[in-house]
Amino acid sequence: MKTILFIIQKEFKQIFRNKGMLPIIFVLPLLQLVILSNAATFEVKNIKFSYIDNDNTSFSRALIDKFEASTYFKVLDKFESQKTAKQAMLKGDVDVVLEIPNHFEKDLITNKKTNLLVAINAIDGAAAGVENVYINQIVQQFNKNVIVDLKKSMVITPSTNTELLKTIDSIPLFWYNKTLNYKTFMVPGILVLLVTMISLFLSGMNIVREKEIGTLEQINVTPIKKYQFIVGKLFPFWVIGFGLLTIGLILGKLIFNVPMVGSIALIYFYTAIYLLVLLGMGFFISNFTDTQQQAMFIAWFFVVIFILMSGLFTPIESMPEWAQFLTEFNPIRYFVEVMRMVMLKGASFTDILPQFVKTTVYALVMNSLAVWSYRKTS
Amino acid sequence: MSISVQHISKSFKEIPALRDISFEVKEGELFGLIGPDGAGKTTLFRILTTLLFADKGTATVAGNDVVADYKQIRNSVGYMPGRFSLYQDLTVEENLTFFATIFGTTLEENYDLIKDIYVQIEPFKTRRAGKLSGGMKQKLALSCSLIHKPKVLFLDEPTTGVDPVSRKEFWEMLKRLQKKGITILVSTPYMDEAALCDRIALIQDGKILQIDTPETIANQFPKKIYDVKADNMYLLIESLKEYSHNHSVYPFGEFVHYTDQRDDFMPQELTAFLQSKGLKNIYINTTQATIEDAFMELAK
Repeated sequence: MKTILFIIQKEFKQIFRNKGMLPIIFVLPLLQLVILSNAATFEVKNIKFSYIDNDNTSFSRALIDKFEASTYFKVLDKFESQKTAKQAMLKGDVDVVLEIPNHFEKDLITNKKTNLLVAINAIDGAAAGVENVYINQIVQQFNKNVIVDLKKSMVITPSTNTELLKTIDSIPLFWYNKTLNYKTFMVPGILVLLVTMISLFLSGMNIVREKEIGTLEQINVTPIKKYQFIVGKLFPFWVIGFGLLTIGLILGKLIFNVPMVGSIALIYFYTAIYLLVLLGMGFFISNFTDTQQQAMFIAWFFVVIFILMSGLFTPIESMPEWAQFLTEFNPIRYFVEVMRMVMLKGASFTDILPQFVKTTVYALVMNSLAVWSYRKTS
Repeated sequence: MSISVQHISKSFKEIPALRDISFEVKEGELFGLIGPDGAGKTTLFRILTTLLFADKGTATVAGNDVVADYKQIRNSVGYMPGRFSLYQDLTVEENLTFFATIFGTTLEENYDLIKDIYVQIEPFKTRRAGKLSGGMKQKLALSCSLIHKPKVLFLDEPTTGVDPVSRKEFWEMLKRLQKKGITILVSTPYMDEAALCDRIALIQDGKILQIDTPETIANQFPKKIYDVKADNMYLLIESLKEYSHNHSVYPFGEFVHYTDQRDDFMPQELTAFLQSKGLKNIYINTTQATIEDAFMELAK
């Protein structure tokens, strides 16, 4: 026990004496949290919108006004012809072009039916889809107003009356994130990312560093026990992981006002197990590498895959089936789920039990592998 | 026997590093492994300190088998690798305390053993190990490998890259440690240090060429050896190599060490030959063979 405490003490001394490492451990991750949470957003805003108005009536102008009133669209000057519109789209000056046909108003009043042509730049498919939804909403809104207007101005006949009654409105109610605040969703996720990256990289590089500077060889000739060395080396990074989580949670509350519905203790309890997975993984990597560079690259390789397949940025449900299966082996996935569940939904221990069990198994497997592969003899 | 090595062989992939090495080191002996870089010295050290398994053969250190009883060996040997491998970002004192702790002892407990060495670095005990000079680093490394009072001390090229004064001091320290009953196995590429050992093994290409006391090895030199000197060193070596009766020609400090194939060699003949090559101030005289001469002869 005394030996372990001494190694831990030595590790902390070394970490805090490494002037280059300290800011990397504590300052950069938090900068990332602040920057990424603000920047990494899927909200589609400032859509460059333009139109070709072949009708030039009060109806067509009313429709354009609707777009101008929307906060999502930035309405540019109108185009005179399809040709100029096409060129602008090609250059990227405009994202969406709405073409209002001739006799737009006339058709609406007499036939109660007309067509609009919408051209969307769909290089970014996801954004194009969102833009399409926004446009539809505005056009429908416009449509409703027109019907109401027509109703007022027209003599109500039995036929029009039945048609109006057919419209069904759905009013969505957004649970757990009423205002659809993107940051509420992202901050817990990015916090996971930071805790993961730092703990994995540091633990992976730490033992390799002893190999590089030759101290591992000196340690290996001593009677020190395997478990003493491993526990002593990895414990400090467990503590640092908690430190990062704490600072991140405080910042999330202060800067982003992220709701913390669930129990903070539950988050810490889960993180304690989760960090063991990472430390085991880092240790495992360092057993198979000779330099910090190698360790860093391998750790980076896994972190990138884990992050992209974690459901942090893209929903797991929309991945192909084989990829969904692969995410079962992704510890980050479980951490992201648990953080969002506990922080936003107030999940209890029984709710996160599946994730908790899987993470515990993962931690056991990873650490057994790491201890098994560590040899004091080469 | 403090160290016993029996028919040890070790290859890395297809390249043999040690070929059938056998030798024994008595208790309290200062034993030197003398050989050039790549001779296999470090490999042998790593096998004896339980860091590496041999392909063939057995070895014991302080009565313990290096494979079966590796745990006891790790408790009873001190190892100082060729490369400085202490924590550069810890201070002198912290390094010592660290190694004392993982050996389950304290600095105070074995202070008398390292006192001679430690007093020299004590004024710098709050300095980080990385900021010490080369000689200081060696002293610290030696202190760390002595902190648990080992029975056997392995020193892998401890004086490589150390200035002559520190080298001399270092060997004096080894002599003092030897008096305290510690068996010391030291490797070095420097032939002049070989003379300071009780016995030496000359090693090259993974094979032991000869094992004996330094004096015996030097005295056993089979030929008469001559110091040759002239005003133009380069031309002198060239000319001696051209001389048809030469057996060996090696530059040795300010002289060239020369041996002849014939037993009835007359220095006057050589003088005449060298003069004909245009050399002046020619000096030829017999001299004592050194371990370096012996090594060169054996390695031929």
